[in-house]
Amino acid sequence: MSSKFSINALNLYYGEFHALKNITLDIPEHEITALIGPSGCGKSTFLKTLNRMNDLEEGVRIEGKVTLDGTDIYKDMDAIELRKRVGMVFQQPNPFPKSIYENVAYGPRINGIHRKQELDEIVERSLRQAAIWDELKDRLNKSALGLSGGQQQRLCIARTLAVEPEVILMDEPTSALDPISTSRIEDLAIDLKDKYTIVIVTHNMQQASRISDNTAFFLLGELIEYNNTERLFSIPADKRTEDYITGRFG
Amino acid sequence: MRNRFDRELVSLNEQLTQMGQLCETAIENATKALQDGDMEKAKLVIEKDAEIDQSERDIERLCLKLLLQQQPVARDLRQISAALKMITDMERIGDQTSDIAEIIISAKISETTDFPKIGEMSREAQRMVSDSVSAYVNRDMELAGRVEANDDVVDLLFESVKKELIERIAQSSGRDLTSAQHAIDVIMVAKYLERIADHATNIAE
Repeated sequence: MSSKFSINALNLYYGEFHALKNITLDIPEHEITALIGPSGCGKSTFLKTLNRMNDLEEGVRIEGKVTLDGTDIYKDMDAIELRKRVGMVFQQPNPFPKSIYENVAYGPRINGIHRKQELDEIVERSLRQAAIWDELKDRLNKSALGLSGGQQQRLCIARTLAVEPEVILMDEPTSALDPISTSRIEDLAIDLKDKYTIVIVTHNMQQASRISDNTAFFLLGELIEYNNTERLFSIPADKRTEDYITGRFG
Repeated sequence: MRNRFDRELVSLNEQLTQMGQLCETAIENATKALQDGDMEKAKLVIEKDAEIDQSERDIERLCLKLLLQQQPVARDLRQISAALKMITDMERIGDQTSDIAEIIISAKISETTDFPKIGEMSREAQRMVSDSVSAYVNRDMELAGRVEANDDVVDLLFESVKKELIERIAQSSGRDLTSAQHAIDVIMVAKYLERIADHATNIAE
């Protein structure tokens, strides 16, 4: 499996605070990579470096190299192109206060697609991929804010898929959802990996073990262990990983 | 952290140790019955088998509860899955020891009148069961390795009992049904002992 992202000696500082320490890892294409670790360990910060969500924040300094298909995303790619290729889904579903249809059509439209038939096709395809078409097809013009949390999150995934990214970053996408919606999103992630590369931050250890192919364990800004998920959860190589995943951390 | 879970894992270990001791006692009593023709000891083995079965059910229930409630990973998961495998082997040891006791009672097999080798087998199997449980409790890899090595000794003894029985059957006059029946009972005891040694080896592994 080839690498989608290659991260080499990445350091990130918030002012004086050294938030990511010399991170080196490869994220394989068409696989799900989970990032785990206690709050404040740097996993979400790391996720954001993959689509440059934090390099414009004040006081943030980034060293090292992050490449997407071999191209340095900080030196040789503009942020707009990067974010077209690398979509993001957040912890709290954040649909626009518009109709369901408009939420999904928004991205393609700002990318210059205006033909109604083409937009209709994109909306249907994206909602189908996000496993929510059957639920929403008869109410596409209703407000997205009237949907349940789980439906809103799948709509946000559909909105991300509509611009045909290559990578989907998910920052705790199910932590605000009930178990049924959670398992829908998990199934969806597994279905999507045939076409996309997925990186997911999760606090839910069982979720990481259920859906991911690789897991990276972060602690205090360091990458402690990065391994095949089954291996990491059955025979972790580092004692700190073992202590964290078995709940005996500290 | 996870104090309750840790306490339950300690309790799981204690229950496994107790079940192991029940198996040890059972095979010790069967060995004595074989050595001394003490039928009371053989009866005790049969009676106590129910306790071993009950232990298996209790430990299995505890393991399933821990899997459900704690969703263990890494060493915790390995410990619980090892416990589930071990109780299956220990339950079989209990059953097979009880089967031996039944044959001892019905066929009146004893070491002195039959074969010194079957007594030897029984003592070896007893030691293996005892060592495999100790190896688990004390995390003693070396002792576990010795149990595995010892399995070959029991297998050789089984072969030699079998060979001796074949010779006896071949030599006995044409229609000696009693001694043919007796030979079959002895080979069954030997086979059960050989299986007990296999289960002890599984535990050690």
